[in-house]
Amino acid sequence: MVDAADAAEVTAGRVERGGRVAEGLRAYRLIVAMWIRSTMAYRTSFVLTTLGNFATTALDFVAILLMFSRVDALGGYALGEVAFLYGLTSVSFGLADLAIGSMDRLGRRVRDGTLDTLLVRPAPVLAQVAADRFGLRRLGRVTQGALVLGYALATVDIDWTPAKLLLMPVMLVSGAGIFGAVFVAAAAFQFVAQDASEVSNAFTYGGTTLLQYPPTVFARELVRGVTFVVPLAFVNWLPASHVLERPYPLDLPAWVAFAPPAVAVACCALAGLAWRAGLRSYRSTGS
Amino acid sequence: MDNDRAEPGGAGGFIELDGVEKVFEVRRRTGFLKRERRRVRAVDGLSFTVARGEMVGYIGPNGAGKSTTIKMLTGILTPSGGRLRVAGIDPARERTRLAHRIGVVFGQRTTLWWDLPLIDSYRLMHRMYRIPDARYRENLDRCVELLQLEALLDVPVRQLSLGQRMRGDIAAALLHDPDVLYLDEPTIGLDVVSKAKVRGFLRELNAERGTTVLLTTHDLQDIEQLCSRVMVIDHGRLMYDGPLAGLHEAGESERTLVVDLERELPPIEAPEPARVVRVEGPRQWLAFPASASAAGLVAGIAARYPLVDLSVREPDIEAVIAKIYAERASA
Repeated sequence: MVDAADAAEVTAGRVERGGRVAEGLRAYRLIVAMWIRSTMAYRTSFVLTTLGNFATTALDFVAILLMFSRVDALGGYALGEVAFLYGLTSVSFGLADLAIGSMDRLGRRVRDGTLDTLLVRPAPVLAQVAADRFGLRRLGRVTQGALVLGYALATVDIDWTPAKLLLMPVMLVSGAGIFGAVFVAAAAFQFVAQDASEVSNAFTYGGTTLLQYPPTVFARELVRGVTFVVPLAFVNWLPASHVLERPYPLDLPAWVAFAPPAVAVACCALAGLAWRAGLRSYRSTGS
Repeated sequence: MDNDRAEPGGAGGFIELDGVEKVFEVRRRTGFLKRERRRVRAVDGLSFTVARGEMVGYIGPNGAGKSTTIKMLTGILTPSGGRLRVAGIDPARERTRLAHRIGVVFGQRTTLWWDLPLIDSYRLMHRMYRIPDARYRENLDRCVELLQLEALLDVPVRQLSLGQRMRGDIAAALLHDPDVLYLDEPTIGLDVVSKAKVRGFLRELNAERGTTVLLTTHDLQDIEQLCSRVMVIDHGRLMYDGPLAGLHEAGESERTLVVDLERELPPIEAPEPARVVRVEGPRQWLAFPASASAAGLVAGIAARYPLVDLSVREPDIEAVIAKIYAERASA
């Protein structure tokens, strides 16, 4: 399992203080590889849970299909357009969930004291916790989201421009970043309240369910909260309004469609601060 | 503050604590939503120095502040006050740099990968600690040989016995050549053979590599067989620091002779300084100083009473500490 890059690092001597981000990513990669190997120790179980994961998320979209067998539009959005929103948020959320979705186990690690075993390792704790219990089975959700998105792109008649094309990957990556920040912030909160994993689920799983529907079906206050408080609207609602040429929710200016990268960076920075505060509080109080 | 036991810091001090404190704010649920806040001094002005290559037993009753001290020494917890250095590093500030210099074994929390063969956990250590290949091989071979892990390397950790897993954990903590090894209850729950293996290995590690070892334990034999020095902590303060023999004196520890008589009898009139401390049917408990011989006492009793069976119990650490503590409190 020793690859060339690592061999080079070793011969170059110990990198005592490399960039912390690089260190974190390296540790993340190492631990994720271990979890994948662990998963492969139970191959059948892996295949079954991945299929199960795919099936349950697929059923989720069936609910929307059933709804459209009765109505032609939902909040003014046709089936293809709802599928577009659905696919965007599912892929974004799925990517974040795949990468760091097990962070909500942090509270348990704090309670049973196993977090301490991570703190004595020469790697950033955030990277170690993020990689904890990495589950490839979560690819099921990403796959399902990508299929729905593909269906949407095939059915909706989008008037493609270079800006719209560029916005597609930007949206997915920024969306994953925003959801990732929510995962990290929620985990940081668990340093203080160890049994708060349900709170984080409300924002992550709950958030993506919300974003699967057009903003026009929700009350203004809710849309406002999702735009300005926990800025999930930047995952798909706002940029999708540009792609689908729909009126912007809350009469926001047109440029907000291109704000997702900035919002994602800001969210990640805030989540990073929250994480540091949480970890500092843990190290000063213990469990 | 308990500074009088601190040796002059500097040259010899590999682990140095000077007036280290740790204050926790404990919140206790007193009603459905009501909570009571209380400040607890888990470590209260702790000062000591451990020289390079020393092997020290760190003991005390549950809740005495042992774990808190270890957590501060490993950089897990930040002290509330005082000065703390390990290998010249401030653990709280430079946690990851310190991590390369220390090995930690938490007795009841394995760091090995449950579903993977033991060797996979070692390969992760190899890469995570960036251990040079030759060094890694050498250290692994040595641990495998001395801890008898050869046959276990390809076995998934979940299939290992407690003793095997502990040996595996100790090896995992040593692959990166740490200067200091912290062991938290390394022999807890192990059978006699496993305990002997672990102790033998630690003795050799300390003798050959000069690794500084700090271990917490409830097992007096761990200390007897491994440590030239014992530190006793209670209520966050150092109660005793010195050789184990001195601890018995300080605590005037007593052994217990348990005798089973043929029938219920009034308390045995034992020769001084032994005395009966408990009677339960035909069974009686006699306490006598750890320094006195049991043979004479047994002979004396056997000559005058109908003896069926007997056993001698060594003093345990808790009892010794309880005595020291009681004396301090009354002094």
